[in-house]
Amino acid sequence: MTADRRLTLHVNGITHSCEVEPRMTLADCLREKLDLTGTHLGCEHGVCGACTVIVDGAAVRSCLMFAVQARDSMITTVEGLAASDTLSDLQQAFHDHFALQCGFCTPGFLTTAEAFLSENPSPTRGEVQSAISGNICRCTGYVPIIDAIVDTAKRRLESGK
Amino acid sequence: MKPPKFDYFAPDSVERALALIAEHGDHARFLAGGQSLVPMMNFRVATPSALIDLNGIADLRGIRIDDEHRLHIGAMTRTREIEMDAQIARANPLLHAAVPNIAHMQIRNRGTIGGSLAHADPAAELPAIVLVCGAAIQIVGPGGRRSVGAMDFFEGIFETALRDGEIISEIVFPTWPAARSWAFDEISRREGDFAMVGIAAWFDLDASGKISASGLAAIGAGDTPLRLSSGEQILIGRSPGADVFARAAEAAATDLQPASDIHASAEYRREVGEVLVQRCLQTAWERSS
Ligand SMILES: Cc1cc2nc3c(=O)[nH]c(=O)nc-3n(C[C@H](O)[C@H](O)[C@H](O)COP(=O)(O)OP(=O)(O)OC[C@H]3O[C@@H](n4cnc5c(N)ncnc54)[C@H](O)[C@@H]3O)c2cc1C
Ligand code: FES
Ligand code: FES
Repeated sequence: MTADRRLTLHVNGITHSCEVEPRMTLADCLREKLDLTGTHLGCEHGVCGACTVIVDGAAVRSCLMFAVQARDSMITTVEGLAASDTLSDLQQAFHDHFALQCGFCTPGFLTTAEAFLSENPSPTRGEVQSAISGNICRCTGYVPIIDAIVDTAKRRLESGK
Repeated sequence: MKPPKFDYFAPDSVERALALIAEHGDHARFLAGGQSLVPMMNFRVATPSALIDLNGIADLRGIRIDDEHRLHIGAMTRTREIEMDAQIARANPLLHAAVPNIAHMQIRNRGTIGGSLAHADPAAELPAIVLVCGAAIQIVGPGGRRSVGAMDFFEGIFETALRDGEIISEIVFPTWPAARSWAFDEISRREGDFAMVGIAAWFDLDASGKISASGLAAIGAGDTPLRLSSGEQILIGRSPGADVFARAAEAAATDLQPASDIHASAEYRREVGEVLVQRCLQTAWERSS
């Protein structure tokens, strides 16, 4: 039973099929089996948030979930946030507010913020701050990241999106 | 790091989960939200030979209020579900207020109430809430079903009354009187970190305005969550007020058994514990009057 298992995963609207050992985390499966390397691994014990992906609408740590546990779920990774080659409004806001430098943490912030905004479309600044408390950025500083998320929420409300 | 190899099973019933754990024996573990177990596996501190995943067992999940207004929460209910549930805000506002202090949104989206109690971290919030509320922990195992009061459940650091092969099925909170005064507060280095010290408090008044019942519990101040009975006793029979709260806090601090570690010294924890008891009682009182 420790042997590889055939697995079907629904990621960013595409159904993939792969073989994984039970011990393979969802993060490793996305990166190594599906070549979706936008999901980053920082700490592998739930602390840094770099590996955050959206599973059935909820932002979760993909380093703390096994791929076999995600078999019936709808998964969104950072690669799935923009519909085409154009950045999503949230990604564009990160760009506009200088909310990234090295970009290592960025996929985790984007997926966290996207899931958070769909739950709470009109957050206060404080609520945004709490929502990203589980994501660590070592180089940009959090103020521009919070600005980008607050700004996206405002624009979405204005445009009724 | 990566976890070592293990067998994986995803039963869809409690009966099947019990049969699997019996079959795979000593080194098999139940997997709930995985937010404590998987980090330990990634560090190779835990090396289970098999994981019995409880996530597919619908019977272990859900929130229900019975005819006597007791709150039942299935062990596999996620902490985020407790946080977002409007009926819990009424049925146990203290629990509802404590939950956002647990880790971060992404962790609460997976972590479960049963997992937190079974893990029994001395700084975790939910163990103190079940303790201060006098909740009952329903357990099912090879010997059948049993119910353990929160007072008897926590035995030491990461140690509980759960025996080999047993599953927590549900937590039952006693009826919450609508007029009860309550508060939760904790001090941690950053939002979402484990608390250095935290306090949960409640009290009820009789017809003459005197305190007739009270509960005080601490986290991060001993090997298990602690009930601070010396502080509770000071409150009984007295009218709420700043002087009484200060005396109760001083007495409660004598029940703390803090240790020093890299996060805080024992002296700091004792000092902060006393301040938090006083602050919680004051907040509880101001909110209800
Ligand atoms: C970065 C980070 C920060 C955190 N901060 C906090 C915090 O501030 N406060 C806090 O309280 N917690 C915190 N946690 C821990 C988190 O709340 C965990 O979710 C929780 O302690 C364990 O719940 P789980 O469902 O994830 O259990 P798991 O990790 O799946 O399991 C934990 C243990 O309980 C056993 N178990 C699980 N469910 C059952 C059951 N129904 N019956 C019998 N045994 C069972 C498992 O076999 C395992 O031994 C943090 C975690 C991380 C990664
Ligand atoms: S890699 Fe998952 S939280 Fe750090
Ligand atoms: S942009 Fe470098 S860690 Fe955040």
